[in-house]
Amino acid sequence: MQLFLEPLYYEFFRHGLIAAVLVGALCGLVGVHVVLRGMSYVGHGLSHAAFGGAVVGFVLNFNFYIGAGVMGLFAALMINQLTKNRKIKSDAAIGIVTTAIFALGVAIISQQRNLNKSLEAALFGNILGITDNDLMIIGLVTAATIIIIFFSYRPLLFATFDQEAAQVFGIRTGALQLLFSLLLTLSVIVAMNIVGVTMIAAALIMPAMTARMLTDRFSMMQLFSVAIGVMIGAGGMFLSYFFNVSSGATIVLFGAMIFCFAVLIRHIREKIALQANFHRHGNLIHSHPLDSKLHNHDHAENTKKIDTH
Amino acid sequence: MPPAIQLINVTTSYENNVVFTRLSLQIESGQFVGIVGPTGCGKTTLLKTILGAQTVFCGRVLLNGQPVEQVRNKKIGYIPQLESVDWSFPVTVEDVIMMGLYPGRRLLPWQSKAERARVEDLAAKLGIYNCLRQHIAHTSGGQRQRAFLARALINNPKLLVLDEPTSGVDIKTQHEVLHLLGDISNQGMTIILTTHDLNAVASHLPRVICFNNGIVAEGRPRDIFTNDILTKTYGSDIIIIKHGDYHLIANSTPLKFNHTM
Ligand SMILES: Nc1ncnc2c1ncn2[C@@H]1O[C@H](COP(=O)(O)OP(=O)(O)OP(=O)(O)O)[C@@H](O)[C@H]1O
Ligand SMILES: [Mg+2]
Repeated sequence: MQLFLEPLYYEFFRHGLIAAVLVGALCGLVGVHVVLRGMSYVGHGLSHAAFGGAVVGFVLNFNFYIGAGVMGLFAALMINQLTKNRKIKSDAAIGIVTTAIFALGVAIISQQRNLNKSLEAALFGNILGITDNDLMIIGLVTAATIIIIFFSYRPLLFATFDQEAAQVFGIRTGALQLLFSLLLTLSVIVAMNIVGVTMIAAALIMPAMTARMLTDRFSMMQLFSVAIGVMIGAGGMFLSYFFNVSSGATIVLFGAMIFCFAVLIRHIREKIALQANFHRHGNLIHSHPLDSKLHNHDHAENTKKIDTH
Repeated sequence: MPPAIQLINVTTSYENNVVFTRLSLQIESGQFVGIVGPTGCGKTTLLKTILGAQTVFCGRVLLNGQPVEQVRNKKIGYIPQLESVDWSFPVTVEDVIMMGLYPGRRLLPWQSKAERARVEDLAAKLGIYNCLRQHIAHTSGGQRQRAFLARALINNPKLLVLDEPTSGVDIKTQHEVLHLLGDISNQGMTIILTTHDLNAVASHLPRVICFNNGIVAEGRPRDIFTNDILTKTYGSDIIIIKHGDYHLIANSTPLKFNHTM
């Protein structure tokens, strides 16, 4: 116990822990839609563009967030335009544009030869540099994202599931897509200092995919994903402290471990349910654990005449 | 009263592939219309055009006399072609049905009591009450069709647009869905569907459009299901076998295998 309290005496660790927990929750929240919309590559690209922007901003003596924010939002708008019609074909365009902006950043750094601490942190993730100011921005972005996603839960879910049908049903899918891109950009920018540009895609995907292994319901997946994001963030921070390894790498490694664990749990649960069915019915009818409840109902369906009012 | 749907000289295309040109079509309120035609002939595209989900290059699409892009509350129920659905998506049958209510005003994520009652009521009517909590991937083809039908119906639409609502299910389910739609139609809803099944589905509908990158013919099935028109629609020889009141449509060149049983 004492061992676990020890790092908490340090202010840098407390800051880092709060930041990691907030960023974990944020990535978990946004990541669900990223995964289900197949946008992880977009997240990856956005982080690279934001990094390029941060470097440019650094050279021009801007605040880190201004440079990253401007370039990130620019890239987001551009990607949004590109992905409007065809999702898959735009991959190449996203790759070229965002990597070019990233390359610009790298080029500037190699010219200047004095890689700033905060830029290094942005590349690989570092907890040491988290200031009160950073914490405030992370907190604001997290709170805003939670509120927006909470209140647009319904249209967002419909649009993520089936964009075209959602549009036909009267949901403003274009506006939602844009809104979500903006939230994703902000999340990526604030997550950058914790996990680093190079590992952001993983941070976005892991909580959501782990949650997906544990449930078949979207609402549960959303909740689990946030919880798992928090867990990975906090766990990763402690591990990073104890093993003296960079925070980004530890968080991602810890997340990967948890994901494997979830896959294992799902596998075992399916096995158990299969066995249970086998015992109950003498043969294999349903193979999925979540179906087991349904065996109590009778399967007879009665189709009545419809009346729509 | 303006027609429920009116297309005037509409042309639409994908990048380098014009699907139809200068198409005009009128469907009155309360009609029940089927669209048939070979695969890739533009049926889905036609439905999307009607729904305002397809870029139109020239011409106008009117719903109840109003340009489709200006209609805010469309009151349309739509079932997409189920091949386009992502079955691994983490939603249950209940979640899918609930989506029909998501364009509404409620901002809270969870169901209200009234919404739950509505979903359960409709599900019971459609015979899918027992699989409400089931993940969509673990339901049968017929249950999926009904789940999406329920999603389309739950908000009491004025117009129902169904892309192949009877594909991939057995004859009995096909029949049940068709009867259900018939009942709905009798209550005054306008219905358009596409189908590949000329015998079990299209020939039972009051009005059918034979489509192939344009309207080949339209009218009552008994009037337009002729050798001539169907051959023109499908581009292969089709014969019609008459048996009393029944018309059976078949390909005129049966397959021949060399091996014997
Ligand atoms: N998203 C798309 N991008 C480009 N071309 C498309 C797209 N969707 C359809 N097409 C083309 O447009 C034409 C009409 O397609 P459509 O889906 O409307 O046919 P359909 O009659 O519904 O076919 P099916 O009976 O197989 O569903 C086809 O030639 C198809 O290749
Ligand atoms: Mg089609």
